[in-house]
Amino acid sequence: MASVVLSEAEKLYIVHGVQEDLRVDGRGCEDYRCAEVETDVVSNTSGSARAKLGHTDILVGVKAEMGTPKLEKPDEGYLEFFVDCSANATPEFEGRGGEELGTEISNTLYRIFSSESCVDLKSLCINPREHCWVLYVDVLLLECGGNLFDAISIAVKAALFNTRIPKVRVLEDEEGSKEIELSDDPYDCIRLNVDEVPCVVTLSKIGYRHVVDATLQEEACSLASLLISVTSKGALTCMKKVGKGSLDPESIFEMMETGKRVGKSLHTSLQKILDEEESLGTTRQKVGFLG
Amino acid sequence: MAPRWPQGRSCQQPAWRAEGACGSGRRRGAARTQHGGDGDAAAGGPQGGEAERGAGRREAPGGAGGHHHHGHGLHEGPRHLRGRGEAHRLGGRRRGEGEQAGVRQSTEDQVQQKRWKVETNSRLDSVLLLSSMNLPGGELRRRSAEDELAMRDYLQEGDLISAEVQSVFSDGAVSLHTRSLKYGKLGQGVLVQVSPSLVKRQKTHFHDLPCGASVILGNNGFIWIYPTPEQKDEEAGGFTTNLEPVPLSDREVISRLRNCIVALVTQKLMLFDTSILYCYEASLPHQIKDILKPEVMEEIVLETRQRLLDLEG
Repeated sequence: MASVVLSEAEKLYIVHGVQEDLRVDGRGCEDYRCAEVETDVVSNTSGSARAKLGHTDILVGVKAEMGTPKLEKPDEGYLEFFVDCSANATPEFEGRGGEELGTEISNTLYRIFSSESCVDLKSLCINPREHCWVLYVDVLLLECGGNLFDAISIAVKAALFNTRIPKVRVLEDEEGSKEIELSDDPYDCIRLNVDEVPCVVTLSKIGYRHVVDATLQEEACSLASLLISVTSKGALTCMKKVGKGSLDPESIFEMMETGKRVGKSLHTSLQKILDEEESLGTTRQKVGFLG
Repeated sequence: MAPRWPQGRSCQQPAWRAEGACGSGRRRGAARTQHGGDGDAAAGGPQGGEAERGAGRREAPGGAGGHHHHGHGLHEGPRHLRGRGEAHRLGGRRRGEGEQAGVRQSTEDQVQQKRWKVETNSRLDSVLLLSSMNLPGGELRRRSAEDELAMRDYLQEGDLISAEVQSVFSDGAVSLHTRSLKYGKLGQGVLVQVSPSLVKRQKTHFHDLPCGASVILGNNGFIWIYPTPEQKDEEAGGFTTNLEPVPLSDREVISRLRNCIVALVTQKLMLFDTSILYCYEASLPHQIKDILKPEVMEEIVLETRQRLLDLEG
């Protein structure tokens, strides 16, 4: 992951600040940075979203394509994740430098979405055992400013909310061969229900306390972090510990409680913004990449 | 006075690769010259400045061009152990004013033989020669082999220092020195990196703001905000780092200043002590973390702009 090297005195300053609940930019330990989310920024996808969390910039595109269902789940569609760490984000990602991080992030995303209730996969089925919708979710890291996982999960949720899958009908003729017919109306589509899609909250342990939404400098001061994915109702779907330091079971419990609390409020504000954007409809002025 | 051109610049390249005796012999010669030059500079400040000016004017930056980092600045020495070859630099080169010695803040990149390689947010990494660094107590003496071995005890990878530009090599790389004890290693505080074009060129770069914190505005775009030290007379040159926790009141001032500087930079306002102070005062009604919200940012900077215009007009 992109990192900065700090002097000992700078690290000490950050650690002491966290103990007193006043971080370098004035936030408390449980405050997020100013986040900007915009959907429908890429035109040739089924759904897209861009999320900016401070200096972290993520672009997610979702493409719905027809495929064959998996053998063990014949009446469900599925999601495929691919994460691309662009060299724009940091020079460390030049060439194949970002591959390791990209694989780690996509594996985490698979784990998070492996829970059955996240997305209604049965709605993605067209013909059991024969046809289903496969959602290819592509994540592009444009800028690395700390706290990647949170920003990615926010962007993925927004992109799935924005995804429009065309409605298809299966016609069966006399010989038994099936034909798939696409509806004529381009606006006739099915939307995904993202109420149960979880968001990731990363809690980094700095000194004796833990912080939410760490910047690159704060990440350099923290030895261990806990990644938890929380649904809007506060249920945990997955937990992962990162970093070379160790965590006490008690602090894990505290971090989990904080994560659930913070996650719930994150979901409510995200949903509010998405609904607001949705209500503006086609008249909305898109900022995209020029703003 | 002949400009103090770093002797044998071609030695610089093999300097950190070749460790043979002959190589060190050559470098020792170079270091000695530098040290001799240092003695002169300590004796006569203006001459030193003039030498720099001379060096600056004579040098015609070739190719992509060097930049005249004359002036104070904070050099960010390269932080990576591996050394980030070319420090990234956005935009074109900067033509220095030529007269002022620049203060730069830098972070340590590599500890090499008799020199430190530092990152200064410029096209190439800068060098800080051991002989150009202050010794504890400010004593002036020839650097010995023990000093060379103890280099890492003083400045390690990742450390931040404030230094002045001594001279610029023909390829644009900069040689730094700490001319007095007010420069040296920096202690606790916050670093903000901005575009160098937004920092106003001024006579003094070390400002003690009345709100309770101090600020170093580096010409290379590195702004260092730190709590005002208690005793102003003792200038230790950074040898003793104060590791005590900074009190909460000072922290609030520093965080607020940091957010104000970020707000000014986002709205493309020039950074100098008055603009920072006005912005700080305009931000007082808001909470510190709210300053970075776009609406609040615009409002604060607008008020600052207004006050600055009133000041001029």
